[in-house]
Amino acid sequence: ENTIEKTSDELVCTCETGNYHTFCPISCVAWLFSKITDSFFLVIGTKTCGYFLQNALGVMIFAEPRYAMAELEESDISAKLNDYKELKRLCLQIRQDRKPSVIIWIGTCTTEIIKMDLEGMAPKIENEIQIPIIVARANGLDYAFTQGEDTVLASMAYRCPTISNTSQDLSVQNSTASLSLSHDSNKIDKQDNQQNSKTTPGIVLFGSVPSTVESQLTLELKKQGINVLGWLPSQRYEELPALGKGVYVCGVNPFLSRTATTLMRRRKCLLIGAPFPIGPDGTRAWIEKICSVLGVQPKGLQEREEKIWEKLKGTYLNLIRGKSVFFMGDNLLEISLSRFLISCGMIVYEIGIPYLDRRYQAAELALLEKTCIKMKVPMPRIVEKPDNIYQVARVKALNPDLVVTGLSNANPLLYRNINVKWSTELVFSCIHGFTNTADLLAIMTRPLQRDSVLQ
Amino acid sequence: MKLAYWMYAGPAHIGTLRTASSFKSVQSIMHGPLGDDYFNVMRSMLERERDFTGVTISVVDRHVLGSGSQDKIVENITRKDKETNPDLIILTPTCTSSILQEDLQNFVNRAALEAKTDVLLADVNHYRVNELQAADRTLEQIVRYYLEKYGSDTQKTEKPSVNIIGIFTLGFHNQHDCRELKRILYDLNIQVNLVIPEGNSSLQDLTKLPKAWFNLVPYREVGLMTAKYLESTFSMPYVSTTPMGILETANCIREISDTIKKFSSTLSIPLDENNKIHDVESYIDLQTRFISQAAWFSRSLDCQNLTGKKAIVFGDATHAAYMTKILVREMGIRVACSGTYCKHDADWFREQVAGYCDSILITESHSEVANAITEISPAAIFGTQMERHVGKRTDIPCGVISAPVHIQNFSMSFRPFLGFEGTNQIADLVYNSFSLGMESHLLEIFSGHDTKEITEDKKTDFWSEEALAELKKVPGPFRGKAKKGVEKYAKEQNIFPITVEAMFAAREANS
Repeated sequence: ENTIEKTSDELVCTCETGNYHTFCPISCVAWLFSKITDSFFLVIGTKTCGYFLQNALGVMIFAEPRYAMAELEESDISAKLNDYKELKRLCLQIRQDRKPSVIIWIGTCTTEIIKMDLEGMAPKIENEIQIPIIVARANGLDYAFTQGEDTVLASMAYRCPTISNTSQDLSVQNSTASLSLSHDSNKIDKQDNQQNSKTTPGIVLFGSVPSTVESQLTLELKKQGINVLGWLPSQRYEELPALGKGVYVCGVNPFLSRTATTLMRRRKCLLIGAPFPIGPDGTRAWIEKICSVLGVQPKGLQEREEKIWEKLKGTYLNLIRGKSVFFMGDNLLEISLSRFLISCGMIVYEIGIPYLDRRYQAAELALLEKTCIKMKVPMPRIVEKPDNIYQVARVKALNPDLVVTGLSNANPLLYRNINVKWSTELVFSCIHGFTNTADLLAIMTRPLQRDSVLQ
Repeated sequence: MKLAYWMYAGPAHIGTLRTASSFKSVQSIMHGPLGDDYFNVMRSMLERERDFTGVTISVVDRHVLGSGSQDKIVENITRKDKETNPDLIILTPTCTSSILQEDLQNFVNRAALEAKTDVLLADVNHYRVNELQAADRTLEQIVRYYLEKYGSDTQKTEKPSVNIIGIFTLGFHNQHDCRELKRILYDLNIQVNLVIPEGNSSLQDLTKLPKAWFNLVPYREVGLMTAKYLESTFSMPYVSTTPMGILETANCIREISDTIKKFSSTLSIPLDENNKIHDVESYIDLQTRFISQAAWFSRSLDCQNLTGKKAIVFGDATHAAYMTKILVREMGIRVACSGTYCKHDADWFREQVAGYCDSILITESHSEVANAITEISPAAIFGTQMERHVGKRTDIPCGVISAPVHIQNFSMSFRPFLGFEGTNQIADLVYNSFSLGMESHLLEIFSGHDTKEITEDKKTDFWSEEALAELKKVPGPFRGKAKKGVEKYAKEQNIFPITVEAMFAAREANS
């Protein structure tokens, strides 16, 4: 299984053993507590979870973060203590100390194994302490790294207020159709737009991005005459967007498939399946897809994209054109990033990815294929649930110019003269939209630039 | 259930992995869910390790949860055996896997039949022991296993010799301490037989452990169990006085010398010209006066200024106890409170610091420590990374003396805490902590730096309200630069007032 397959003209997806390094999904607490400013995250788990968080969060931990562990002790595991009473006691303490608008319980591997009924207890305790409690099972048994955000947002989607404007309601026939993904249902989308053509088209976006990026993407759509009705998550829990039948939603991150499903199935929203707004090519395709569904004629996008590329030509593009890259895979941004780097003129050997939702990422995969053809490069091989040991062997054989990987492999690879980009950084940085393209490339190419600086 | 924000000692498996991966050619296979191998990140980043850490997970996922690990663990062990050909594979349970209650010993037995290498199950209870206890236990387990399985070489070395036990990966300044210990032992004419777990010795070398005349255990936390096992099985004496500070370094050396003398008489090996160890008293005197500057520092005017100043000490048992003694006995500083998070070793700690401090604090809660600091408001803190941050918050300088620490305490330069060079490092650390506090205090008294008046240009008339709000999102240190950039762009493009749109356009133009 450790051979390197010949690059092909088609996208080949394989699946390996799943022995790879990634962050535990509870790490989403790190960026979500700072994003949702009136929240408090309670991770119900063991010392292992706590140790991971305190080390992974780095200096954030000293800034009195709005997160804590409900550390399970032996008496909790053996059910000598009453979970309900214990959790209520801790939540009361949190209410007193921090006065949050919402408490988010993060279920972990341990709560799964001992079958702690978090979903059952939450509504009762919520009632007693009068603070909303959201349950998200972001555990390492089921998910990797960024998928933690997906579980939180999917649970949060239930808490969004229901839209009151009935004029946007669709016929029964349409709402049944809306259960299927929208890239199959363009026709229905268009009918829809005719119905809504008199009102300004609006959309709810989902995915946690830094607030600056939120403003930037909102503004990009505004330029096209599209109104962003809200974001999931919002800056404050109390400002969650209204959802309901006929509300258009679109994701900004590739790892939000559960959230997308929940929005469609449970909140009857209409999902716009678009490539993700990462890189100028992705951003343009993202806006164009939204425009096409909402029946808006996009304007100025081509010039906008070209201008961005033009600016990059003299700097980063010269540096990376023709160079090769290998994604070991740990954060699910890999398909979008590969597609963008191929647009920049790079060759991608392998896209490792923890989990690939072919439906949610359909438009992104299609754009990847299109981009490979356009740039006349072979299709990369996609490896789901990769095996790091096999991958290191392939890296050694292929000797790529850049390997995108997590921290546990980074220094050992660098020591073997293989250039490494630390993949985790991409999760925390501003990488979305036209405006951040240069920053994204600055991050991606830092190791290559460093190479030319050091002697 | 306990509300916890921070822990001083990690979970048990971290201790096991630290011990296991300190040895050469040992692979650990964790039985745990995806993402539980954070240890690799810490080793690779904090230790700036050049090699891949020998830790992999046999992943516990939904499937395993439903039907058990079945052949998965055995397959993973045999695969690791074939791929890396290690001397030993240690199956390491995590707290997740302990609750599953699978018969891991059975998997180990099965794998041992197929694998060429030795296979062991780490014997630690996740809910009863912490990182340090687990590390201690695992070290003893491995040593015992090797000596029992492969026999032992009990032929004593000709020259007096020692095993240094307890130097290991991610230990606080362990590598530097080890180098300093070796230097002292060399000076004393004592041969270093083995350093475990992190020396250059392989597991096969463990059979040579009994060749040494005695064992040296520099830290309380890890190594004592092994030393006691070797004492009871091979009658090897051990020295466990930590050579930290001038007085205790001297005591440690005297103990070593006594141990060797006693040992030579029982073995009736005469300490002749070949294997004589140095005259320890003249050695200690020479080192104390000329290698260590700490003794002279204590008498100098600088240190006079520190007399009676209040300090708080907190850390692991070894470092906190010895630091307390150094501050009180060697520098004349008043330790208002001395504490440790090593609850399991509380009795020893109390005994050590009793009489040297006003109060003793045994706790695993960082907020209790923070409360003590606020209440006492000392002139300096000596603690862990957490106390450093409490110090920042309360404006009290802090010297870091114990794990847990961040990457800045894995220094590249030579920074031992033990031995005579260690006393120099500690003297610097103490002096710099106090004098920095003094410096800023004086600055306050003499109304601060005169640059204080220069403030940021506050003129923001030509910014729209939304744009100003957006500007506030830029982190403080970068805000001034961002503001200037946008204003320059707006001036060129003649955009007034500055809108959010103009801000982003400026960013695109300037990047």
